[in-house]
Amino acid sequence: MDSRRVVTVSARVDAAVSSTDSVEDELELSTVRHRPEGLEQLEAQTRFSRKELQILYRGFKNECPSGVVNEETFKDIYSQFFPQGDASTYAHFLFNAFDTDHNGSVSFEDFVMGLSILLRGTVQEKLIWAFNLYDINKDGYISKEEMLDIMKAIYDMMGKCTYPVLKEETPRQHVEIFFQKMDKNKDGVVTIDEFIDSCQNDENIMRSMHLFENVL
Amino acid sequence: MAAGVAAWLPFARAAAIGWMPVANLPMPVAPTEKNKKQDELIVLNVSGRRFQTWKNTLDRYPDTLLGSSEKEFFYNEETKEYFFDRDPDVFRSVLNFYRTGKLHYPRYECILSYDEELAFFGIVPEIIGDCCYEEYKDRKRENAERLMDDQEDNKDSKLPNMTFRETMWRAFENPQTSTMALVFYYVTGFFIAVSVMTNVVETVPCGSVPNQKEVPCGERYTVAFFCMDTACVMIFTVEYLMRLFAAPNRYRFMRSVMSIIDVVAILPYYIGLVMTDNEDVSGAFVTLRVFRVFRIFKFSRHSQGLRILGYTLKSCASELGFLLFSLTMAIIIFATVMFYAEKGSSSSKFTSIPASFWYTIVTMTTLGYGDMVPKTIAGKIFGSICSLSGVLVIALPVPVIVSNFSRIYHQNQRADKRRAQKVQKARLARIRLTKTESSSAFLHSKRNGLFNEALELTQLPYKMSLSEQSSTKEEQHLGKSSSLLESQHHHLLHCLEKTTNHEFVDEQYYQQSYLEGGLQNYPQRSPSLSSQDGVTGTCCSRRNKKHNTPLRNASGPAHMQPLTHTQTHNRGLQELSTIHIQPLSTSRSSLNMRIDEPASLNCQSSQITTAIISIPTPPVTTPEGDAHLPTGPSHQNVVKVSAL
Repeated sequence: MDSRRVVTVSARVDAAVSSTDSVEDELELSTVRHRPEGLEQLEAQTRFSRKELQILYRGFKNECPSGVVNEETFKDIYSQFFPQGDASTYAHFLFNAFDTDHNGSVSFEDFVMGLSILLRGTVQEKLIWAFNLYDINKDGYISKEEMLDIMKAIYDMMGKCTYPVLKEETPRQHVEIFFQKMDKNKDGVVTIDEFIDSCQNDENIMRSMHLFENVL
Repeated sequence: MAAGVAAWLPFARAAAIGWMPVANLPMPVAPTEKNKKQDELIVLNVSGRRFQTWKNTLDRYPDTLLGSSEKEFFYNEETKEYFFDRDPDVFRSVLNFYRTGKLHYPRYECILSYDEELAFFGIVPEIIGDCCYEEYKDRKRENAERLMDDQEDNKDSKLPNMTFRETMWRAFENPQTSTMALVFYYVTGFFIAVSVMTNVVETVPCGSVPNQKEVPCGERYTVAFFCMDTACVMIFTVEYLMRLFAAPNRYRFMRSVMSIIDVVAILPYYIGLVMTDNEDVSGAFVTLRVFRVFRIFKFSRHSQGLRILGYTLKSCASELGFLLFSLTMAIIIFATVMFYAEKGSSSSKFTSIPASFWYTIVTMTTLGYGDMVPKTIAGKIFGSICSLSGVLVIALPVPVIVSNFSRIYHQNQRADKRRAQKVQKARLARIRLTKTESSSAFLHSKRNGLFNEALELTQLPYKMSLSEQSSTKEEQHLGKSSSLLESQHHHLLHCLEKTTNHEFVDEQYYQQSYLEGGLQNYPQRSPSLSSQDGVTGTCCSRRNKKHNTPLRNASGPAHMQPLTHTQTHNRGLQELSTIHIQPLSTSRSSLNMRIDEPASLNCQSSQITTAIISIPTPPVTTPEGDAHLPTGPSHQNVVKVSAL
């Protein structure tokens, strides 16, 4: 992360750094390119092989030639997989989960680190990742409101034409079921330990964690 | 799915892990990649120029030549490459389409050769990107017109089967077709000219009778002029009636501009005949004669340029309107100003504001008759401002009108643009259709996918009762039926369904169930039937081929039966009982279950059940099903017993 290099293709005019001219700022933004760290470093940091990293990068670069994904592009790409519903809210949460340093864009390193956890990590790591996804304000607790937001986002992806017809209270009911299962001490929030414990005791969840292991 | 995002599918699937802790139901099994090999480079030799790309790139569009197995026909064993004897320049665009997902039309290419190449490689021209689509359509239109012109030249010589009426109409519209038509054309032209000249000469004072003031010729030679007028009007009437008779659509002809001009040209004469020499109405009669001048417009049939001029003025209506509007505004303003400026001076001609209108108009158009001039100093100042601004106000819209005219005169093609808009709508509809195909493809394969899953569960016990050959054939069919990408995508959507415990349905079914007030009560599973699975499984598992399987005779009448049975059931229930996703352990029973089907039918029952699954809507609504989704993937109304 500290060796990230942002190379501006536009001329390094020192005056531009201190200028407040908006046109020049726009120019700088649009020519930002991002080159990821070398293949060896990424291979060391993630659990992907060289070939897999190559395939991943080719797809990534094809869709985002500038080397970084911003939230709009992220939402567009994710929405293409769910033509019937509205995937933008969930994509927003996903974006925040991938953008670990919260700089507003997902670079290839962020992308590949996230994927490494999801596809090659231990069940513990995956559960921690999921917890981070649900914990919107990153305070270490999942409150009912946060869970409701996430649930609504997931149900939004289904769209309108579902069977049975989606009702207003369905997400809320789902959140109740979730909290009943997860919130052991009934204090209205789910901590990470409660979360991991409850998940480990549920064999459906355990089994589904291994579902996507052969994705790449 | 678009090209680039195919590469993001692994990411989307990995992100689905976020749903897992929330879901209450177990997830479906992921599709396995049966023969997972590393991505390889393919060499495409197009007339000697070698292109190389990844195999995955070509697989993005499985319904084109390069993306499907059709390219195997072009495989050259010795050189281990695919050889195409086509134009390598156009192939660049084709290959870029696979790489970037956008199809571009190179401007230097001939439209016909480009179309041919696209057709060869199985690419629909509608997906040409917006950047190049205008150009493509323009060229296509020009080409089509060229063809039409050629055809018309040939068509004129073919005549045998036209009725007399059609011949007459063609003679009227195109004078060049026959000599009779040409004669008719010149004769009418001559008489129009004569009639107009008569009207003009009528008013010239000619020859004075001594001791009387000069009379116009019309009053001197009344009889002669009357005869001339009668003759012309008779000819025009006959012509109008003949055109009316020959017109293919009489009502449309009567509404057309030319026929109205014809009528207006001859009407005053008849009205004059009818009216007596009454003193009161003779004044009105005289003014009616003014309308005779409209005969001159009949010349527009004879002159193409006149028609274009009229057409241009019609199409420049907005500019003309703007000119008129701005002039009116300026006139009112300046007239008011001048009136109040000149109010003080005595013997002023500016008696009222409307009287000042005349001064303003004459000044702004730089005519300056001089019949009204301002006398006060203020009046003169404002008068000069008026004339200066008049020049500006008129000079501004006029170039716009002029450029419009020249554009239209050269193009002469407004009607085609209207046609092109219809084509644009059709194109957008077609693109939208391919997008909805992806969602309906999921629904469609969902139904078939259920059998795949059920099969995978039952494969093991029942495989031994089948011959090895057939089962491998089955597997091949399973693999071939949808590309891996599609099956992975559908698995993803399936996981979402499981997470939320709701299913995707298509628009039509959703509206149906919405109207029926939400069928929540579906029948309970009767586990007793699951014991039947053992026996019925054999015949079911054999039937899981997508494409035509020779149906056994028993299934012949069987698939007629569902049509009757569905009618006896609540429609929504029917679909529910068979598609609703229950936990996997009882899914088999749900597949095979019928609500009140006598359990005695063993094989037939299962066949019928699954056959019904492929009819999501009962036959009563089949026609609507047809209308809603005409595209292939969702054959809702087709009883696909072979989907078993």
